[in-house]
Amino acid sequence: MATLGTRERGALTHPDLHRLDDVNRDVLKMLTTPGKGWWILFGIAAAGVGLFFTMWIRQMVLGIGVSGLNAPVGWGVYITTFVFWVGIAHSGTLISAILFLFRAPWRQSIYRAAEAMTVFAVMTAGLFPLIHVGRLWHAYWLIPYPNSRFLWPNFKSPLVWDVFAITTYFTVSATFFYLGTIPDIAAARDRATGLRKKLYQLISLGWQGSDSQWHHFGKAYIFLAALATPLVLSVHSVVSWDFAMSIVPGWHTTIFAPYFVAGAIFSGIAMVITLVVPMRKIFGLEAYLTTKHFDAMAKLMLLTSLIVFYAYLSEFFLAWYSGEEVERTAFWNRLFGTYWWATWTMLVCNGFVPIMLWFKRVRYSIPALFVISIFVNIGMWFERYVIVVTSLHHEYEPFAWGIYRPSVTEMCILLGSFCWFSFWFLLFTRLLPPVAIQELKEVMPPPMRKQAGEAH
Amino acid sequence: MSAGILASYEYLDSTIDAITGLRSAGFQVKAYAPYPDHHIEHALGYDQSPVRVWTLVGGLTGAATGLALTTWTSMDWPLVVGGKPIVSIPPYVIIIFELMILFGALSTIIGLFVLSRLPNLKPAVVYDPEFTAGRYGVYVEAEGARLDEARRILTEQEPIEVREGAADA
Repeated sequence: MATLGTRERGALTHPDLHRLDDVNRDVLKMLTTPGKGWWILFGIAAAGVGLFFTMWIRQMVLGIGVSGLNAPVGWGVYITTFVFWVGIAHSGTLISAILFLFRAPWRQSIYRAAEAMTVFAVMTAGLFPLIHVGRLWHAYWLIPYPNSRFLWPNFKSPLVWDVFAITTYFTVSATFFYLGTIPDIAAARDRATGLRKKLYQLISLGWQGSDSQWHHFGKAYIFLAALATPLVLSVHSVVSWDFAMSIVPGWHTTIFAPYFVAGAIFSGIAMVITLVVPMRKIFGLEAYLTTKHFDAMAKLMLLTSLIVFYAYLSEFFLAWYSGEEVERTAFWNRLFGTYWWATWTMLVCNGFVPIMLWFKRVRYSIPALFVISIFVNIGMWFERYVIVVTSLHHEYEPFAWGIYRPSVTEMCILLGSFCWFSFWFLLFTRLLPPVAIQELKEVMPPPMRKQAGEAH
Repeated sequence: MSAGILASYEYLDSTIDAITGLRSAGFQVKAYAPYPDHHIEHALGYDQSPVRVWTLVGGLTGAATGLALTTWTSMDWPLVVGGKPIVSIPPYVIIIFELMILFGALSTIIGLFVLSRLPNLKPAVVYDPEFTAGRYGVYVEAEGARLDEARRILTEQEPIEVREGAADA
């Protein structure tokens, strides 16, 4: 193929890809031999998973007293981390469903990784309510089932809404993820040998890429995207109502649903960048993840950062403007009380650091974006910590004020959750095609005999 | 006994030409592609996929289930919480919505599997593993003289490879 001019290159999303089967070669190469780096990371992750379950089992044996949770702060690191991971999940669905419906041309390269991130993040988040309830063996009480007394869950409770929202979200995002992967697993099957071939044969369900399969697949995919779009907005709204439905100062506001959704997408995009930068480096995906893709992600991160920062400011403003003593105290206490450091970490990481994204040079620098994304990840965890802990420790009655300090168990489980997530993500990069093969081909110019004739 | 011919093409336009040629000669054509291509769908004369009916029915069933579950369980053990009505619709909308999405999504997947005959673990008689990489394919089943005619139309478009085998039955 003739070399492209600058103008023509700009019109293409992946100017360095020429042939359809190049995509198979480059992507499937990632599944063959793991480098030393992968094994080291996988070893660390596996060790962390061990720590995670050891500490959890220890908590089950000794009781919830090993955590720092007590009156008045009954929700701490566990709930914070739950909200954090649910939030991370959101941008995966945003990229795979919402940007699909909007036909954003830059999503193809990152959407598989983002969607996998969604599934694993929900898998991580889903464990935290179970950790938090302490007595795991009673967790099935959350599900409506005809028990011996015919008592049912209270459907007016936000916590029951949450059960429905999270289970639906996990099921739908996992199905959506699997559906999109089927044609790519078939592609892996057609190149693999031995045991892998048997495995891929089974999980590709005998996909062949025939016209009727593609026809129904395409339509089913659109409908799933259309269902996942309102779902993703609803899930974090429901999570926010866990807080907003109560009368705790700092929680009881109507801004919570949109504020949480924007925050979720903000943190999720940051996590996508954090994951994709090393993946690009390790697997040599420079032709697939260009600076253009990073620029688009950075812009989305900037936009959501502005929304989130606006929400922070309007919360502070309205607390003052309401004239309500308790509300004013709660927000003053956030900035200058015991937990001032958490609040300021949140403000700096989520509000001030992303200001750098206004500059094109920063948006085109991958190391800079990586560093900013880490700041945002930290900031967004602290945002949830601020919301959960500072609101609870200083409510209405002075005799019910108290200080919460996370225990070693809680910190280990928090750390372990990152390892649990990485464990699955690392396995994913080795077992399933981590870049969407067939979707990339859709945006590549199709091979034409006429053009090929002219070029020669 | 009828036989099947499978031709693999490198170019999209040759594939389209082969499909159009075969269809105007009255053959039943099956096409393969590495990605969903609307030119191929157009050449094969596809209309709306019935998957949407599955989505609609699933969604409505889910919404009805959500309404029935919340209302019935509240009536089954009436308990006044916070002075709210026993059957309080606004909070139930959330359950109704979530179940609508859940049932709608699952039924879409089931519909897709039924309509495109998946899972299909029986290996195809003739298949080219390059279809998932970069090649397009056209498959025809015919007998005797019609088979020769199909072969002529397929080879006219310069396929990379032609495979023949017994028909799928």
